[in-house]
Amino acid sequence: MASPRRERRRISGSERVGLYTLLRLERGTLEAGLPGQFFMLDVPGHVMPRPFSTCLAERGELAFLINPVGPATRVLCELERGQKIGVFGPLGNGFRTDVKRPLLVGGGIGIAPFPYVVQVMGNPPVVLGFRTSRQAEAAALVPKAEVCIEPKLVTEFIPDDPMDILACGPEPMLHAVHALVPGAQLAWEAPMACGFGACYGCAIEFEGKSLRLCVEGPVLNGRPPVLPLVIDEEDEATA
Amino acid sequence: MILNASGCLDALIAPKVARSLDVYVAKTITPQPRLGNPQPRLAETDFGMLNSIGLQNPGVERFCAEVLPRLEELEMPFWVSVGGANAGDYALICERIGERKSVAALELNLSCPNVDPAAAAAAEIVAACRAVSGKPLYAKLSPHLPDVAEVALNVIEAGASGLSLVNSLRGLVLDEWTLEPRLARAVGGYSGAAMRPVALAAVFLCYQATKGTVPIVGMGGVESGKQALDLIAAGASAVALGSVLFGDLEAPERVRTELEQEARARGFERPGEARGAAHRPSAA
Repeated sequence: MASPRRERRRISGSERVGLYTLLRLERGTLEAGLPGQFFMLDVPGHVMPRPFSTCLAERGELAFLINPVGPATRVLCELERGQKIGVFGPLGNGFRTDVKRPLLVGGGIGIAPFPYVVQVMGNPPVVLGFRTSRQAEAAALVPKAEVCIEPKLVTEFIPDDPMDILACGPEPMLHAVHALVPGAQLAWEAPMACGFGACYGCAIEFEGKSLRLCVEGPVLNGRPPVLPLVIDEEDEATA
Repeated sequence: MILNASGCLDALIAPKVARSLDVYVAKTITPQPRLGNPQPRLAETDFGMLNSIGLQNPGVERFCAEVLPRLEELEMPFWVSVGGANAGDYALICERIGERKSVAALELNLSCPNVDPAAAAAAEIVAACRAVSGKPLYAKLSPHLPDVAEVALNVIEAGASGLSLVNSLRGLVLDEWTLEPRLARAVGGYSGAAMRPVALAAVFLCYQATKGTVPIVGMGGVESGKQALDLIAAGASAVALGSVLFGDLEAPERVRTELEQEARARGFERPGEARGAAHRPSAA
């Protein structure tokens, strides 16, 4: 089990993928964690870090897919190669990838964890939904995916005989997937201040329980860490 | 003495960080479990952030059964923060938790900006808690009070042993395009750098009113040793770290080291000697 570390890492590249930006960081001694786990990225000039699931974990590198929806995400999208930012992770629960009949279901920026999931699982079937064709350019990150654009919805691709669903996307999509396949693994999103269970900022209500997405998620019904999260400050080397 | 602000650290998840504090303050407990407020609960703003957690907690029974024993295993001094809707709620928890030897003190959260205001006056709540518990009671007051020093005197009179100053300040953030509130409950508790002068003023006025006779935990936007020293000079006997802990788990050690250096640089052998320095005639 990868233990979370906080380090300063250099940006090794930044590229546009349709409307989104793929931000690449030098990995150093950070572990990539499980697909679906996330990292907190510090944002220069901002107080709160922002959580991003690992999009790609190639040799020596970690990459995060960022949708520039607000001031902080715009700053991250504009970072240039060579700049350094603080990174903390891997955090949270990832996807269970040892499933028999997988189907990955993504909506919009919910595509973010899937390139890494696909890398680990070896080309499982993927269906991705987007609002616009411009947004759908991000599907290039998952080359064999089936892509649909609204008004067609990803839920229409879920077969009557449910498969092992791994889903990530906007809340209405996750609710719809959950209604069709109650056992689906669902990757949720909420603002976080700490990423390690202290602030309760990311807690959501799910099946009658209040769950902190950073500790009990972000993947619900997913693979919990082998050990409960304990932040060990001796592991907190700063580079 | 360096503490954490209640709700800004989970000692069970970060035990070594909690041990790097002089005292750990647990998140506010209410009589019944609370699921807290709907999402979104957090929004960044100028110089800080808003939170709208809504005192999410497992309730006093589950806290006693599941959380307290694990806190006790960590073998470090800790306080428990107490919340409720009325004096009876607070007293119930003080009675229930106050019997545990391991709990060094109780902090009465009389000032959460994210729940409906306590129906009873602060002094009434403190008196009800004092009636059932012999533990040190710290009254955590709101920066919104028109006369914080008067309330401080009232709660001390009612049996409070010390003051925690201050809780967060109500704030609002609007979405940049829709112009709608970013938080589900619209208004949340502001924390961050801009709290520093607000906390300093409250500590200064309460120290003055109580003539330095009661312990005061100062908190609000502290990120450095110098900022901690300012609170001590204004009258704090201890300093709590809040949102800085979200991004810097080494903050307790760092702030402590900086505080000692900053105090020495001003001729104080120990930081505690600077307590009330802002009130000395030469500083007036």
